[in-house]
Amino acid sequence: MLKISNLHARVEEKEILRGINLEVKPGEVHAIMGPNGSGKSTLASVLAGREDYEVTEGTVEFLGKDLLELAPEERAAEGIFLAFQYPVEIPGVTTVNFLKTAINQIRKYHGKDPIDAAQFLKLMKQKAKSVKIDDQLLRRSLNEGFSGGEKKRNEIFQMAMLEPQLGLLDETDSGLDIDALRIVADGVNELRSANRSFIVVTHYQRLLDYIVPDFVHVLYKGRIVKSGTKELALELEEKGYDWIKAEADAAEASVA
Amino acid sequence: MSNTDMQTQLLSDFQAYQNGLNGKAETPFNQLRRLAMDNFSNLGFPTTKHEEWKYSNVKKLVEKSYNFHPKSEAGEDELSALPIPDLAGNILYFINGIFHPELSTLQTPDDKLKIITLSQAITEFPDLLNEYYGKFTDNITESFTALNTAMANDGVVVFIPDNTTLEEPVIMRMIGDVREENVGSFVRNLVVVGKNAEVKIAESFRTLGEKSGFVNAVTEIIVGEDARVDYYKVQDDNDESFHIGTTQVYQKDRSYFYSATVTINGGFVRNNLNLILDGQHINSYMYGLYIPDKKQHIDNHTLVDHRKPNCQSNELYKGILMGKSTGVFNGKIFVQEDAQKTNAYQNCRNVIVSDSATMNTKPQLEIWADDVKCSHGTTTGKLNDDAIFYMQSRGIPKQEAIKLQLLAFAEDVVSQIKIDGIRNYLEVLIREKLHGN
Ligand SMILES: Nc1ncnc2c1ncn2[C@@H]1O[C@H](COP(=O)(O)OP(=O)(O)O)[C@@H](O)[C@H]1O
Ligand SMILES: [Mg+2]
Repeated sequence: MLKISNLHARVEEKEILRGINLEVKPGEVHAIMGPNGSGKSTLASVLAGREDYEVTEGTVEFLGKDLLELAPEERAAEGIFLAFQYPVEIPGVTTVNFLKTAINQIRKYHGKDPIDAAQFLKLMKQKAKSVKIDDQLLRRSLNEGFSGGEKKRNEIFQMAMLEPQLGLLDETDSGLDIDALRIVADGVNELRSANRSFIVVTHYQRLLDYIVPDFVHVLYKGRIVKSGTKELALELEEKGYDWIKAEADAAEASVA
Repeated sequence: MSNTDMQTQLLSDFQAYQNGLNGKAETPFNQLRRLAMDNFSNLGFPTTKHEEWKYSNVKKLVEKSYNFHPKSEAGEDELSALPIPDLAGNILYFINGIFHPELSTLQTPDDKLKIITLSQAITEFPDLLNEYYGKFTDNITESFTALNTAMANDGVVVFIPDNTTLEEPVIMRMIGDVREENVGSFVRNLVVVGKNAEVKIAESFRTLGEKSGFVNAVTEIIVGEDARVDYYKVQDDNDESFHIGTTQVYQKDRSYFYSATVTINGGFVRNNLNLILDGQHINSYMYGLYIPDKKQHIDNHTLVDHRKPNCQSNELYKGILMGKSTGVFNGKIFVQEDAQKTNAYQNCRNVIVSDSATMNTKPQLEIWADDVKCSHGTTTGKLNDDAIFYMQSRGIPKQEAIKLQLLAFAEDVVSQIKIDGIRNYLEVLIREKLHGN
């Protein structure tokens, strides 16, 4: 589904991603962990098509297409969804209106007619219920004045509405209490299927108790320095990142 | 001075008119006009050295030549080409500043709404004119207002008696017929709203044709005790047009005045909105929206003069600047010594869409009372890139994302308009304009 090879990216003069290799097969859930500032959000943004980051080397293939050639909206239409670490407030645009526009633009991309209004409302009601998001909230300006938890649930709600092929979750768990965490995880699990994949960026192993990953990777200084299964997450929880940092720094020093 | 030609032309027009007056030259109305003409000829047209005209240069206007006495043949057919769909109410048509009763439709009975021409009013309602006409406009230092007072002859007086609530709005459609030649016109209307009366008024300006129109407009609105007035000024003129207009509002005790000034198109636009709050417990609202593109220039000057205690004024102007356009906002709030317990708020927010557009803002608060709450703020910024990327990441193309954001920005003002036909008309125009940019 997704194949990232030797991906390098920088912002201004600073190289942030320094050779990422990662393959995600249909139905898999990959967790990406790592200390602050290691490049996790950057990786998610580069995959979603944020222009601030310049890809200097490497390739990304998504469902047989060269992902890096596509505009962000084309990537979305092809099935990539990024749940933002910091969802943006958009005054004056309601979530309902926003999602209807998004769905219709994606349908247009695929040569389909706009969604029937009644069908849209039905879909919305059903999905809102599954992530326990209040109807009233969806009629307010997108994310404006939402609590941290409401913003994150709104991201998962949008993902449920857009039914992507690949969901990128950037620290969707941070700032959530245990109930909200469970709702978010349930929302994701409901979407899991044999041909839908997820990359879950998280700091804490606790999310992975609910969304059980097939693989866990540690990102450090712009590279994946360790990969394993869900046991790796438990080990990190127990021992912290210092041993991995030391290992990786030593390896880099010996190369140089 | 470069403006002598137009000035000379106007002076000689005025002289010719005076010579034709015969016995009527000594009416108070005409004395006011002569005084105004004297003031105008002393003042001349303002230059950018004038503080109030620093960013709005009328040189291009005064160098053009205009026919100030055109004959327009525009009738029903031409007007139907300038539709405002689903507009209901009392609709008054003015072509090049001249009221056309035969094109207008009045729904409200005569005892609730009187529409009379200025010349009729001079003979039939001299007291009303003496009390209000030109009494609150600045004919001394404002050269365009003085000029208008001197020259305007063909407007109307709109009179709503005490204790009258009008269900149907009063809509004045000002059509500038510039199909054949450059046309100059003086639009002058006086609206008197009686005690405890209520009305919604709209003025819509629109050019017909491609030549240049110079519209010099003055509207005076008297809001009686306990009266409630909604007033909307909407503009969609061609790129060659010049509009210099003043709306002078005088509010009495406990009255309510709610306004929106929306400029969709116009080559050079200067709107002055002046409010005198000469009573207690008055509420005033001023909304504005301007969305210039190309080389359009839109200047809004507002002035709220708080003269008495316990009043509140609230102002929000918003601009979207595209292309090589320029915008000006100058907002004055005066709180006089007597006006204790005043609440006055002002806010001006602008989005610059293109690198070549510019916006000048100047809030100007002058407060002589000590127990007041006043605040003002202006922001001028670019579109939020994070928001655009967020929308793109959901499948919305960049251009659509920008449009969605701008529409939402404009909606804050447009949604204030309570005449459905006018609001819908504006929403369509805004969509079209943002789509083309
Ligand atoms: N737009 C940007 N401009 C400048 N520096 C950036 C930008 N985005 C990220 N960085 C820097 O890149 C590094 C990685 O950031 P990020 O991807 O957010 O890390 P993580 O999500 O793993 O905490 C950090 O040092 C951060 O300061
Ligand atoms: Mg991050």
